[in-house]
Amino acid sequence: MNAENSEAGEGKERAGDVIVETVSRLMVPFIQLFALYVIIHGAGGPGGGFQGGVIFGASFVLLVIAFGIVNAGNRFPEGANTAFMSLGVYIYAGVGLLCIIFSLGAAQFLNYGFIPLTTHFEENRALGMDLVEIGIGITVMAVVTSIFFNLAWKREPEEEGGEEE
Amino acid sequence: MIPSLDLVLLFLIVAIAIAAITVRDLLSAIMLLCAYSFLMAMVWVEMHSVDVAFTEAAVGAGASTAFLIAALSRTTRWEKK
Repeated sequence: MNAENSEAGEGKERAGDVIVETVSRLMVPFIQLFALYVIIHGAGGPGGGFQGGVIFGASFVLLVIAFGIVNAGNRFPEGANTAFMSLGVYIYAGVGLLCIIFSLGAAQFLNYGFIPLTTHFEENRALGMDLVEIGIGITVMAVVTSIFFNLAWKREPEEEGGEEE
Repeated sequence: MIPSLDLVLLFLIVAIAIAAITVRDLLSAIMLLCAYSFLMAMVWVEMHSVDVAFTEAAVGAGASTAFLIAALSRTTRWEKK
C-alpha cells in the first residue's frame, strides 16, 4: 500500500483517492446548478446573489480539495479571477447606469423598471433584479475562490523550490 | 417555534462554543466552529428567518470552514501552552 502510494506520488505528485475524486467530480455540476438556482430564485425567496456566489465558489474549493491545489489551481489563473471580480462589479454598475440613462433625467440609480427589456414595468424590474444578482454572484464567486487560493497556495511551490519567485 | 427544541439547540450552541475556545487541537476547534454554524443556522430557521439561515449555512459552515482549514494548513496544528 505504501509502495503504491509512493509510486502514485512520484508519478502524479500526489496520492489521489479514487472515491473522493469520483464523488467530487459527480457532485460539482449539481452544486453549481444549485448555485445558479439560488441566484435566479433569490428575487422571490430565500437566497440571492451573495449566497449563490458563495456556493459556486465552494464548488471550486471542493475541486481543489479533491484534486490537489497544484492540479486544480492551475485551471483558475489569478488573472481570470481578477477579471471575473471586475466583470461582476461592471454588470452591477452598468445596470445602474442604464437605469439612470433610461429614466430620462429622473436619475434613479438601480430603479430597474425603466430599462426597456419588455413592455411592462414590473417585468422590467424583475429582469433587472436578476441581472444585478448575476453580477453579484460572479463577483462573490471569484472573490471566494481567490481568497481560498491565496490562503492555501503558497505551501507547495515553496517546497518544490519556488515557482513564483 | 418549539420551545423545547430551542432550549436543546441553544444549550448545544453554548457547549460547543465553550469547547471550541478551550480545545488544544486547532483542527478540532475549526470543526467545532463548523458545527456551531450549523446549529446557529437551525436556530435561525426556528426563528423563521430562512434567508439568514441560508447565509449562515453557506458562509459560516461552508466557506469559512474551508478558509480556516486553508489557513491552518500553513501553520502548526497544535496550540502552544
